[in-house]
Amino acid sequence: MLEEVTSLNSPAERFNEETLIRRIREGEHELFYELIRPYERRVYSAAFAILRNEADAEDAAQEAMLKAFKHIRQFRAEARFSTWLIQITVNEARMWRRKEHAHLVEPIVDHEDAEGNYIPRDFADWREIPSETLERKEIREKLAEALESLGHIYREVFVLRDMQHLSIDETAKALGSSTASVKTRLLRARLMLRDLLAPGLGGSWSTRLHFAKGTKPW
Amino acid sequence: MVVNCEQVWQEISNYLEDDVDPNLRTAMEAHFRECDRCRSVLEGTRNVIQLYGDERMIDVPLGFGHRLQRRLEESIQPSRRRFLGWMVAAAAAVVAAGSFELSKSSVFRQQPELRSEHAQPGTGVPLDMMVVVSSDGKTFHASGCPFIHDKAHVRTIVAREALREGYAPCVRCMKKYLRADLGLLDFPSDWVARSGGKRI
Repeated sequence: MLEEVTSLNSPAERFNEETLIRRIREGEHELFYELIRPYERRVYSAAFAILRNEADAEDAAQEAMLKAFKHIRQFRAEARFSTWLIQITVNEARMWRRKEHAHLVEPIVDHEDAEGNYIPRDFADWREIPSETLERKEIREKLAEALESLGHIYREVFVLRDMQHLSIDETAKALGSSTASVKTRLLRARLMLRDLLAPGLGGSWSTRLHFAKGTKPW
Repeated sequence: MVVNCEQVWQEISNYLEDDVDPNLRTAMEAHFRECDRCRSVLEGTRNVIQLYGDERMIDVPLGFGHRLQRRLEESIQPSRRRFLGWMVAAAAAVVAAGSFELSKSSVFRQQPELRSEHAQPGTGVPLDMMVVVSSDGKTFHASGCPFIHDKAHVRTIVAREALREGYAPCVRCMKKYLRADLGLLDFPSDWVARSGGKRI
């Protein structure tokens, strides 16, 4: 009974997705947008995580979608379509970065895998944050700013895992990394973001709703 | 087993994903009870995952979807049976959407308490674990579970909150917490009270 109740959810969507893929392969190309529409935000955000520029991310996302269409016959049903799509997007965005933006300056912090364990730098108490606070644009901007300050190897892992909700294995596959490497980078990304945000978001956050002056990183 | 602060920091990410062995989990929990600094790191790391896991953090430029659709239309050669294809597509979309809505309305709306009545709470769910839920979903999942419903509207919350909000463990990715001998072990004390003492 439990199996039946729960399986009413995603399998219905999956069935619809499989049907769409089959029909697109059979020639109904017009259905492609319907297939990718649920993922367009995620594709854009994956591209943006790598390129850090709206216009480039949009172009790369569009190119990735076109490549997905071109290679739709290569998609294997054992993988999730969304994961396959993100994988194509990551490759496209990385290629874009290599070709067009070799000059792009990465944040100075941690762009290579650092050796040794990460030691938290700040132990400010960070009380639970009401998620309503995310309605505030300036808060979202501060969070985005902190994310952008990470080196790309950490940002990519964090975005795919914690924002796109891919599994560790899927993240590793999409990035062409090992699961051990993904776990290590994810740990560092999370701890670095906590260090960056805790001084500003902790403590008086919910009452004053502004960031303490004189604290890192902004 | 006893762990020090540095060991805790290196495992804190795995701890939040319930990817540590039971002995280590127990040792870490004992450490958190004693150490303010590590508890602060734990809370902060959890907040980071929760905040960034919210769909509102994915900001897409205005008109992105429209421009994408136009680009696809320009670039993808329509099939020869385009007109027929569009008709079939439109009909299929209507039928698919209709049947999906119907399934939701007939099953979920006629029995709005279906989740409460049929789902199992599970046993031993680590309350600190970060899980993924969607607003229309009935169950909570590990990130990456293929059975997450409505992936476009998911958020990451701590298992304790998911349980309080009435979500039940996914029968696939959370299978290890589902047992035939149901119990309310490890559940927030107010959760049973809020459900009117009814076993969910």
